[in-house]
Amino acid sequence: MNWTAIRAIFTFEMFRFFRTIAQSFLAPVISTSLYFVVFGAAIGSRIQEVEGVSYGAFIVPGLVMLTVITQSISNASFGIYFPKFIGTFSELLAAPISFLEIVLGYVGAAATKALIIGIIILLTAFFFVDFTIQHPLAMLAFLLLTTISFALFGFIIGIWAGNFEQLQIVPLLIVTPLVFLGGSFYSISMLPPVWQTISMFNPVVYLISGFRWAFFGTADVPIITSLLAIGVFTALALGVIWWIFRTGWRIRE
Amino acid sequence: MTTIVDIQDLRKSYKDGFQALKGVSLEIREGEILALLGPNGAGKTTLISTVCGITTASSGTVTVGGHDIITDYRAARSMIGLVPQEINLEPFERVINVVRFSRGLFGKRSDDAMIEKVLKQLSLWDKKDNQIRELSGGMKRRVLIAKALAHDPRVLFLDEPTAGVDVELRKEMWEVVAGLKADGVTIILTTHYIEEAEAIADRVGVIAKGELMLVEDKDKLMARMGQKELEVQLTAPLSEIPAALDPHALRLSDSGDALIYTYDTRAERTGITKLLSDVAQAGLTLRDLVTRQSSLEEIFVTLVHEDSDTAAKGERA
Repeated sequence: MNWTAIRAIFTFEMFRFFRTIAQSFLAPVISTSLYFVVFGAAIGSRIQEVEGVSYGAFIVPGLVMLTVITQSISNASFGIYFPKFIGTFSELLAAPISFLEIVLGYVGAAATKALIIGIIILLTAFFFVDFTIQHPLAMLAFLLLTTISFALFGFIIGIWAGNFEQLQIVPLLIVTPLVFLGGSFYSISMLPPVWQTISMFNPVVYLISGFRWAFFGTADVPIITSLLAIGVFTALALGVIWWIFRTGWRIRE
Repeated sequence: MTTIVDIQDLRKSYKDGFQALKGVSLEIREGEILALLGPNGAGKTTLISTVCGITTASSGTVTVGGHDIITDYRAARSMIGLVPQEINLEPFERVINVVRFSRGLFGKRSDDAMIEKVLKQLSLWDKKDNQIRELSGGMKRRVLIAKALAHDPRVLFLDEPTAGVDVELRKEMWEVVAGLKADGVTIILTTHYIEEAEAIADRVGVIAKGELMLVEDKDKLMARMGQKELEVQLTAPLSEIPAALDPHALRLSDSGDALIYTYDTRAERTGITKLLSDVAQAGLTLRDLVTRQSSLEEIFVTLVHEDSDTAAKGERA
């Protein structure tokens, strides 16, 4: 394993992150703060409690997940698409490194960035609402698993995308709706029965439910189901990446 | 001399059936400068990309320093530096960071002294903290070279290093290449400037339509293919060539004071002795004699013409 190369990719990507610090940190912090103001304060004043938790606190795990998922995808997809776009990708192909090392470098950096942002959002949340985290370790583990699996997914999008529009289209048309409809701002149990059933097909429901359990000890679905769901998603993403690198799809002619 | 890059029967076909390489075999000697000459779309870049691992060959083998580029790709690629044709650089990154990145990517530990040496060698040291977008085109190209050299390669591929570069910078690039050769680096460069191959190469390979038409020592190639011109300068200008000299197929210079004789250096008899005695018999007085060797460019044009002539004959047959 060429750890020096992995570290080189990782550091290079993190440099980009810190160079665009305003865009990287401020944007998610500001948008999350807006969610707290609009959903927590304005709407939350009408909804007293959800499953024994104040509405303001209830939406915290969902908001963190929302940001972490979108950030993992956009960081990883952009991270690998950008070298393709400007042509520096050929340097990766000509380097004495394996595809596994390329994935570790890019996905590792994208997941780390998303993790940092997730923690910042969490810290921001403490300024708006009072809440305690019942299972902090489980919370961190969930966060980590989510960043890794969605960064893998983002990596696939970045490899697949042939232009900037394609790079945006999957997050915009599929991921964002799934996350919004995945119970970020409500409990699935608040929905009519039909929609509850439909929601069960949304993988994000399991993530947010599990993550919320780590915070408040209550969940829409059993925690083991949540873990299973994220495990399956990660395995799928890994499988696709393994196939991409085996065949050189969209990478090597 | 030992072979450092060994290419055997390399073929590359694309899905649409286009054959970019039609069985290229080439042995590159350690420490030489090999210029691959050919028109656009001849397969020069495909050949380089395949050796460097960017493109996968359809068949054939390549070894670098004895390491197969597929089965032992780590060892093979560690020896290679590639300067791509396109200026592919992250515009907002700093010069030193992109060069450090390249070194790390090749698995070499960071070595600031080495990076400093490379940047100084390429006159980039005072620009090390500049963003790439602030650099001129020529400097960007030198950054590409610095990146390729950052991991201390034994073989350096330069794909059209001076395409679209002004004369001054081209000369500067040649000096850099000469310096690298002095350090023992084997250099393969593609170009469609014959002048470039003529100026810096030890050997010249000509590629056309995916085939390597010839590889030869530059000097030998020029001697073998070279046509020479003999200019017979006269003391008094002529209005026309005397009929007695017709068998020599001479041309009269524009000013009329020189006769130009073209001969083939490969021929057993160049016909010079006979020409000079005929000139004397015609009553002309000589002022001076000048000979000129034809350039690689003329050789190249001859080669490509021969090829199309052969093809045309083949079609007729």
